[in-house]
Amino acid sequence: MALDKIGIAKRIAQELENGWYVNLGIGIPTLVANYVPKGIEVEFQSENGILGMGPFPFDGEEDADLINAGKQTVTLNPGASIFDSATSFAMIRGQHVQLTVLGAMEVAQNGDIANWKIPGKMVKGMGGAMDLVASAQNIIVAMMHTNKKGDSKILSTCSLPLTGVNCVTKVVTNLAVMSVKDNAFHLIERAPGVTVEEIKNATAGKLIVPDVVPEMNI
Amino acid sequence: MNKVVNSVEEALEGVTDNMTLMLGGFGLCGIPENCISELARLGIKNLTCISNNAGVDDFGLGLLLRTKQIKKMISSYVGENDEFERQMLSGELEVDLIPQGSLAERCRAGGAGIPAFYTPAGYGTEVAEGKEVKVFNGKPHILETALSADFAFVKAWKGDTEGNLIFKATARNFNPLMAMAGKITVVEVEELVPAGELDPNFIHTPGIFVQRIFKGEKFEKRIEQRTVRQK
Repeated sequence: MALDKIGIAKRIAQELENGWYVNLGIGIPTLVANYVPKGIEVEFQSENGILGMGPFPFDGEEDADLINAGKQTVTLNPGASIFDSATSFAMIRGQHVQLTVLGAMEVAQNGDIANWKIPGKMVKGMGGAMDLVASAQNIIVAMMHTNKKGDSKILSTCSLPLTGVNCVTKVVTNLAVMSVKDNAFHLIERAPGVTVEEIKNATAGKLIVPDVVPEMNI
Repeated sequence: MNKVVNSVEEALEGVTDNMTLMLGGFGLCGIPENCISELARLGIKNLTCISNNAGVDDFGLGLLLRTKQIKKMISSYVGENDEFERQMLSGELEVDLIPQGSLAERCRAGGAGIPAFYTPAGYGTEVAEGKEVKVFNGKPHILETALSADFAFVKAWKGDTEGNLIFKATARNFNPLMAMAGKITVVEVEELVPAGELDPNFIHTPGIFVQRIFKGEKFEKRIEQRTVRQK
């Protein structure tokens, strides 16, 4: 069965390594924080100015002055720090953050990503996404494999305005885990019960399939 | 040097039509809400506003959009505001969307005497159109120029009569950078104390960047996305 959003978040959480500073985007990526594997210590960075972001506050303890980049009320973990936006992006641009997880509307086989604009329809802005994808060395995209109409979002080239070029390293969808390199998607794992054939059919970009494709262990 | 003014009216003296303003805040967090209300009351128009976001329909910069006082917005993210989206898509409002880190650094650069800098953010996208590209260490970067403003409006938690500022939690965000980049920087604080009461070791923004400071009459501090967990 294809994964739901929580399943995608759980699978991405398995990528976390001890000692990493991690920036999680809005949507599915935010959920990753709930599934950090036991024994792994990471710190979450929020680009509005937090290192060491904690869970949502208890009801009644929310503070209007303490939010994450999704404008949600949050808390601070012991050892957290606060800083201004220029310092925050110095951490990101300066590659002090080891992993960026973000959502996308489209990803292409050369690692291009589009997630900020649909011309004439939706223009919310890129926020920090362009800075994040231009600088991070390890970028995982969390997304659904196809859109609501069933069209693939895993493409040979992006059709929407780009957020960044040649930057995505891995994609985790409701159907599969794929790395992105050498101008192709490389199938690494499939969601439990999902066949390679289903993944091929849902992928418009070039997909390299090894002889054996293990199921995800969620 | 005493920077204290006694009212928001006095704080905004000299703000006129067609000016470029910077306004601190991230979403509705740490926005100069007293100054925004006064701008709305004064009806000053044709403004260019540099602010990470554009408020919501009935709070923050949304108040100035509703009354069509803003000619142009320079921002990184403008979701959550229907009136903004309507004015932008209809062409009534000019909008310059720029990556958040570039926006922050452009403000910082404006205050720090750095006219331009190279960044990888936006290379290969619409943002890079018309901008100089230069390769450093094998990686292409684009040239971004500094931003400055006639007035910068900043919200701080505590300030002293010298204009030294301390921000609270993530209400810091763009405020210290915009404080540096305003020709006249106006600060509204929750607590205004005599010089000497703030520990110099814990000042976030030194008073040299501040021209006017006042105690805000009221802070609504609206929460945009109230998210909680159960005990």
